[in-house]
Amino acid sequence: MPGITREEVAHLARLARLELKPEELDHFAGQLDDIINAVARVSDVADQDVPPTSHPLPLTNVMRPDEVRPSLTPQQALSGAPAEEQQRFKVPQILGEE
Amino acid sequence: MTDIIRLTAADTAAKIATGELTAVQVAEAHLARIEAVDEKVHAFLHVDREGALEQARAVDAKRERGEPLGPLAGVPIALKDLFTTEGIPTTVGSKILEGWIPPYDATVTRRLKEAGLVVLGKTNMDEFAMGSSTENSAYGPTGNPWDLTRVPGGSGGGSSAAIASYQAPLAMGTDTGGSIRQPAAVTGTVGVKPTYGGVSRYGMVAFSSSLDQGGPCARTVLDAALLHEAIGGHDPLDSTSIDAPVPPVVEAARSGSVEGMRVGVVKQFRGEGYQAGVVQRFDESVELLRELGAEVVEVDCPSFDLALSAYYLIAPSECSSNLARFDAMRYGLRVGDDGTRSAEEVTALTRAAGFGDEVKRRVMLGTYALSSGYYDAYYGSAQKVRTLIARDFERVFEQADVLVSPTTPTTAFAIGERADDPMAMYLADLCTIPANLAGNAAMSLPCGLAPEDGLPVGLQIIAPAMRDERLYKVGAAVEAAFVERWGHPLLEEAPSL
Repeated sequence: MPGITREEVAHLARLARLELKPEELDHFAGQLDDIINAVARVSDVADQDVPPTSHPLPLTNVMRPDEVRPSLTPQQALSGAPAEEQQRFKVPQILGEE
Repeated sequence: MTDIIRLTAADTAAKIATGELTAVQVAEAHLARIEAVDEKVHAFLHVDREGALEQARAVDAKRERGEPLGPLAGVPIALKDLFTTEGIPTTVGSKILEGWIPPYDATVTRRLKEAGLVVLGKTNMDEFAMGSSTENSAYGPTGNPWDLTRVPGGSGGGSSAAIASYQAPLAMGTDTGGSIRQPAAVTGTVGVKPTYGGVSRYGMVAFSSSLDQGGPCARTVLDAALLHEAIGGHDPLDSTSIDAPVPPVVEAARSGSVEGMRVGVVKQFRGEGYQAGVVQRFDESVELLRELGAEVVEVDCPSFDLALSAYYLIAPSECSSNLARFDAMRYGLRVGDDGTRSAEEVTALTRAAGFGDEVKRRVMLGTYALSSGYYDAYYGSAQKVRTLIARDFERVFEQADVLVSPTTPTTAFAIGERADDPMAMYLADLCTIPANLAGNAAMSLPCGLAPEDGLPVGLQIIAPAMRDERLYKVGAAVEAAFVERWGHPLLEEAPSL
């Protein structure tokens, strides 16, 4: 399998919302390439007819009764907010100017 | 004071119950010990002196009123800093949560308080539990009490170092790939990863949700069992929590025996990369099991050879998704919000500033493994390996009641030695990872010191899911036999700090 390039690492960093410096990209590209080469062995089983396991427990759709119960107060929920306004989380601009 | 801190949790609780000691005396003795040695060890990120004394006073008042006390009432405990604690900082060893005060308690925290345990504080850890040395903490490394220039293992190095240095008799850890057992092994203590789903994950900051499992850290097998019982059991707040009674772990720890048990030695867990002294102590442990009446069989788990690779795809994949919640919007660090930048830019700047290198590596690795074009080859294959590993376990548990192996291939390595070599670091979890992938219960307990470096070696015991009591039954027998052979618990050979 092909290794990972510096450009791919830059793309991954963007997808993962990590603003990396150029020297960090160099550093991580080498390390990620080593790791991916080491773990690529798993693809030895890619052709085997084996069902995937995503979880150790065979549970599906665990439900609880749909009942009203106490929850965090707005004050508690906002207690760690970097910024708040009118009992809401205040965030930087999300949409463009237009 | 020295005597109090060296008591087991079981004995401490007994003395508090009879009035020979008060919970306040016990808390004060441990707080004094922390004050005296933690500058050197750096096991704690936060010590809650006032809260601890208040909890201790409540236990003493309860006793004075003649109310019944639980089996661990008044016993101090340290919590790995990823269990949320209402009103007490929880950092997960990361700058991104520096100063965050959770508005709620984890289920584990709540159960411990209800059982009358006294929470001393929060312990150091690799950031987001990603690491095997505690060097990835944003708040500096922790020293191994056996040799402060060496790592205490990780990610729960703070918890294991705290109990190994008598700063607490009990601690809570979490184990995603070995983060309870590997630190226990290299510090000469006992650590248990319960069956997946055996202990609630509610209020544990998530790393890899299908692998993470909270569990006990202690100095004796019985103490670990008492803590396991206190925290275990169904929790409606965790949808992956098993709705069944806690296995009879305390009863098993009180009646240790391997008489007539079949013990499987996993063929795959030896060879290249295993330190000679580790192999020697492991072989002696197997011999001891035989002397104690166990039937030893060699078992073959060929898929285990792929476990490490599968783990380093599955865990990063789940972490890349879980850590998306750290977006600088609702809690934690926010960097660069100067009115000109978009939310997306602020998120990216914050994550770059708030996450350390290992977290960044794993988030990117997971993003890669889950991306279209690579998903089938990497994440899909890793999930198949997981099935094969579960099948290996299923097959060999027909031949053996428990499996044994060294917990880690080597003893504690030097601080800095593997810090910038991720693959070398990952090898520390070689023997512990299969149990996480399949959801089995597993324990590490001390089995001696490696002759070449005088550092502790851990024996790992693995049991089928929901048969956690077998760990304690075997562990208690092995522990008793070793203590008799050595003439004292292994930790008494640790240098005084």
